[in-house]
Amino acid sequence: MGAAVIQTKGLGKRYGSFWALENCNISVPAGSVSALVGPNGAGKSTLLKILVGLNRASAGQGEVLGKAPAQEESFLSDIGYLAQEIPLYKNLNAADHIKMGAHLNKRFDKEFMQKRLKDLQIPLDRPVGKLSGGQRAQVALALALAKKPKLLLLDEPVAALDPLARHDFLSSLAQAVADGGLTVVMSSHLLADLERVSDHVIVLAAGKTQLCDEIETVLNEHKLLVGPRQNKIPEDDFAIIHETHTIRQSTLLVHLKKGAKVPNGWQQHEPNIEEIILAYMGQAKEGGEK
Amino acid sequence: MIQFRLNTHSGVPPYLQIVQQVKQALQVGILQPGDQLPTVKEVVTHIAINPNTVAKAYRELESLGLVEGRTGSGTFVKQRPAGPSPEVQEALSQDLSGWVAKARKAGLDDEAIEALLRIALHKR
Repeated sequence: MGAAVIQTKGLGKRYGSFWALENCNISVPAGSVSALVGPNGAGKSTLLKILVGLNRASAGQGEVLGKAPAQEESFLSDIGYLAQEIPLYKNLNAADHIKMGAHLNKRFDKEFMQKRLKDLQIPLDRPVGKLSGGQRAQVALALALAKKPKLLLLDEPVAALDPLARHDFLSSLAQAVADGGLTVVMSSHLLADLERVSDHVIVLAAGKTQLCDEIETVLNEHKLLVGPRQNKIPEDDFAIIHETHTIRQSTLLVHLKKGAKVPNGWQQHEPNIEEIILAYMGQAKEGGEK
Repeated sequence: MIQFRLNTHSGVPPYLQIVQQVKQALQVGILQPGDQLPTVKEVVTHIAINPNTVAKAYRELESLGLVEGRTGSGTFVKQRPAGPSPEVQEALSQDLSGWVAKARKAGLDDEAIEALLRIALHKR
């Protein structure tokens, strides 16, 4: 993977006395599809809005495609952003949206968009308000892709879609990435989709970055250990992310340090990415209550 | 042509799942030398998976010497994986069947047998 397309350092956003996002340090490599996950109110939308220049950070710095985010044409021409509510003009049809896209963007690829919608059998002449949710999401995605962005930021694009429409949307997204030159950051609650479409993950919880790495690295470095309950658990070689205990048994989700070995007496399992993400979210919640 | 599946709950990295599926297909003869693997774009269209994952799996298969990428035309199967001859595999399989029969006779159910096998596999 390539150099970082997004890099933030201590990024934060404060509303009054409330920090919606705090000390956010992330780095997203070029060409990756990064999943941005976290509970509601973790600061996902806030982060995306800062990255696209719609929100101004209250603290720290962020660099996107080598520039500081701003609502300027030179910055925005390389970035596609799809807000949570899928903003389209309900009374206009897809053909009107194509015309508008071509008028507002320098590099808009009309033919690409027309072909995409034709392949998906979406009528160009029907007001988008009368299309299905899945079709509307596809029109919005095609619109964002037709401007040939280098970075695409998607805020919960599949949340409201049925399973088939979700699959089709993610398939369209994967095809666009396969064409090359595109980096994607996508927030989502659907952890099961993540391991499939993403190769990079950012976990935000309690307004902070809990995890930011390539999914393969994350899977390699985390283990689920099951063993007899012990009073003392050696913590030199690993960090415990989440632990549960019964009278006789302990279950630990741990982050193994480099070259560390699992001590004797523990049964070792491979957690999936969903279990790992949940463990990090749980950890953040417990930390907040202390 | 082969079609891939993805099990997102297995804990096995997706690229490894593709590598394993190609290897298995080679072992049982679904894929043969000269056959073409689906293009990255075909795979992602079909199973909505990250294209980098597919590319990585194909690179891995290439470094194992099982397939070769020909510029502009795709990825093709080069040879079957090295490993024990079919006879040796057959003999091992018979040994195992015998052991499983013994375990069943001793009263173990499938789950208990799987547990024993997993423990044996993780012992070095």
